[in-house]
Amino acid sequence: MSRHIVITGLSVLAPGSTDTEGFWKMITAGRSAIRRTTAFDPTAFRSQAAGEIDLDPLACGFGHREIRRLDRAGLLAVTCARRAAAEAGIAAGTELDPTRLGVSVGNAVGSATSIENEYVVLSDEGREWLVDQSYQSPHLFDYFVPGSLARETAWAVGAEGPVSVVSAGCTSGIDALGHACQLIQEGRAEVMVAGATDAPVTPIAVACFDAIKATTRRNDDPEHATRPFDRTRDGFAIAEGAAMLVLEDSEHARRRGAEIYGTITGYAAQSNAYHMTGLARDGNEMTRAIGLALDEARADPTSVDYVNAHGSGTKQNDLHETEAFKKALGDHAYDIPVSSIKSMIGHSLGAIGAIEVATCALAIRDSVVPPTANLHEPDPECDLDYVPLEARERALDRVLTVGSGFGGFQSAMVLEKWRGGRG
Amino acid sequence: MSRSASTDVLITGLGVTAPTGLGPKEYWNTTLAGGQGIAPLQEFDPEPYTARLAGQITGFDAAAHLPGRLLPQTDRVTRLALVAAEQALEDAQADIGELGTYECGVVTSNATGGFEFSHREMRKLWSQGPQHVSVYQCFAWFYAVNTGQISIRHKMRGPGGVVVAEQAGGLDAIGLARRTINRGRGRLMLTGGVESSFDPWGWVSHLASGAVSTATDPAGAYLPFDRRAEGYVPGEGGAVLVMEEADAARARSGRAPYGRITGHASTFDPAPGVPRPPGLQRAIELALADAGLQPDAVDLVVADAAGVPELDAQEAAALRAVFGPFGVPVCAPKTMVGRLMAGGGPLDVVCALLALRDGVIPPAVNIGELAEDHRVDLVRDEPRFGPLSTALVLARGAGGFNSAVVVERPLS
Repeated sequence: MSRHIVITGLSVLAPGSTDTEGFWKMITAGRSAIRRTTAFDPTAFRSQAAGEIDLDPLACGFGHREIRRLDRAGLLAVTCARRAAAEAGIAAGTELDPTRLGVSVGNAVGSATSIENEYVVLSDEGREWLVDQSYQSPHLFDYFVPGSLARETAWAVGAEGPVSVVSAGCTSGIDALGHACQLIQEGRAEVMVAGATDAPVTPIAVACFDAIKATTRRNDDPEHATRPFDRTRDGFAIAEGAAMLVLEDSEHARRRGAEIYGTITGYAAQSNAYHMTGLARDGNEMTRAIGLALDEARADPTSVDYVNAHGSGTKQNDLHETEAFKKALGDHAYDIPVSSIKSMIGHSLGAIGAIEVATCALAIRDSVVPPTANLHEPDPECDLDYVPLEARERALDRVLTVGSGFGGFQSAMVLEKWRGGRG
Repeated sequence: MSRSASTDVLITGLGVTAPTGLGPKEYWNTTLAGGQGIAPLQEFDPEPYTARLAGQITGFDAAAHLPGRLLPQTDRVTRLALVAAEQALEDAQADIGELGTYECGVVTSNATGGFEFSHREMRKLWSQGPQHVSVYQCFAWFYAVNTGQISIRHKMRGPGGVVVAEQAGGLDAIGLARRTINRGRGRLMLTGGVESSFDPWGWVSHLASGAVSTATDPAGAYLPFDRRAEGYVPGEGGAVLVMEEADAARARSGRAPYGRITGHASTFDPAPGVPRPPGLQRAIELALADAGLQPDAVDLVVADAAGVPELDAQEAAALRAVFGPFGVPVCAPKTMVGRLMAGGGPLDVVCALLALRDGVIPPAVNIGELAEDHRVDLVRDEPRFGPLSTALVLARGAGGFNSAVVVERPLS
């Protein structure tokens, strides 16, 4: 039996805004939120630009105990989950059977900020190898295991069905949503709150990307620092963010008369078995992921109206995915818009894939393609239509989003306009 | 997106890195003999800390198993995972090149990442500065590292995945690998979980769960279902399994399968203060329904065996509700190795497969007097012999994760 997966709620928290509509307004205006890092003093670091959220946990409805207990990644996830659930009308207290509600949270680096903060105290700023247990926070264990992010999300929406974290590096967001779709299709849940969160603007995460020169060094001009597909690009800006979507069986949505953003019709994840951080120029595994996702959607490559690119702003990525789009979509790749929102909100590691899926849903809703900011001098080897600087109006029936992550993960997801009427 | 019909999914190869043995053979022999893998920490002096016992893999020489170039870029956890993966592929006599690189994928679980590696790099960062951080830190520390490194080493370009649910995640990874085969996305999957984080910073983080036993006698520290239960002992290691679509496995001249994975389910407990029952019983019932089995078909339950009185009581209540008091033999091999986070569930699946193969249930060790109220038939002290065809493996993770896997003997 075939089930259709529809999106009935979504919420985004990304740099430069405090809610979904603020986010959408900003990226469709082509504005970048990348700034000089404020989470800590970045002076000693190679890359000093970041995408940060001006989060006010009290204003987001958290009590002081939750604020103490939750890592920033948890605060972002729970905020988005509550908002998405409220929008979809499935918040705790509604008639939904909790055992039929699941949670799938994508995340790459866990509670990195809190883990590092704890480490600094317990090790006396790195002086003691035998860290001092007496200084530990009562919540250290939660920071230690990323499952706590799924737990907090489950508690926030009252989920008692399948709950897990999906942690496939920088494709985690797409993979967590793909996982959720599969659980609904198998009848293991009727509704899933699924998405991703990451809050990696912390010294150890910034330092590890410094070490491999993956992040931008354009520290004197952070706003224009991240330039996917531009000849002058020099890496991504690390960022924090989260997005949560409410996914459900279309029949279930119909029965309760829910509003529908769109439908997810295809998903695939592949490994490239090539290198932990490098990408082969041939783009073969991303090509394959796109092909499998389109097959699952029973969609011809020529029917894709927009590609939301990984577009991290590294040269190897730009060439890798440009090649994959050409191989997977053929000549049609030249005829459709391809854009990267990382040019505006940076790369929030495991979270960004979910933010990009949410972006696709909003793009379908409003018939608008968000642009690639800071793209003034296209790399001659990147010869597709990357929607430089300005958003475009375009009716979107079928869109594709892709992700690529350390560890060789390549993922693709297909979203479509819902033609089945309300619910 | 559509669901394909459920396929027969076999386990054809086992890889084990456990405190009671490297490789399934050594692990199984030690387990049947009721061996003890729990001991005082050896890597550093645990004297300053509130707990000092762990299930450790001693004498593991990574250089003897892995190419030298992999050593600088891997944490201990990844070295153990790579060794387990290689064992499993060799055991299955599987040739990835022959099967097709895109037909073979990897799904693992890991809940603490490359912790010791990360500890060293954070130490350099905070004591010497960011320019001293290793180029490998960006991937050696994250939860996806084992899937990535295994797929690269064995050129497995099929689906890659990582699912995390604290101690329950290893079973969920097996569930996801099975789903991947069911959906026709791969013929062979390496799946399971391996965990290791016993540097001082990792150790203190483990202790922060608040449920680690402070006992100093290895024989008296982790006593699930016992009247004296007062916590668990963390362990390291885990298992990696080769899972294959049955027709594909039969088509190649590999070894006879160990068994089949026929059911999986996961559930979550209600939030604190919500007056609803915990989710373990539901996970058991859903997994059995997934396998198309009634409770009386189950010959053996490999328990989660928390070692914390209220959690033991919860598990015992779930078992009584499904199987009746003393209604099914219960096995707790974790008593020999401790709780291995994401590695625990897959290692227990190995135990279940070997128990079915050999018709013997290994004993729980160190158990004195069972708490009366539990009314569970815990196999203890001596192995119990008899024909076995179906086992249920349970795992729970802190916070409310419940997962169950049904394992059956291969079809004859």
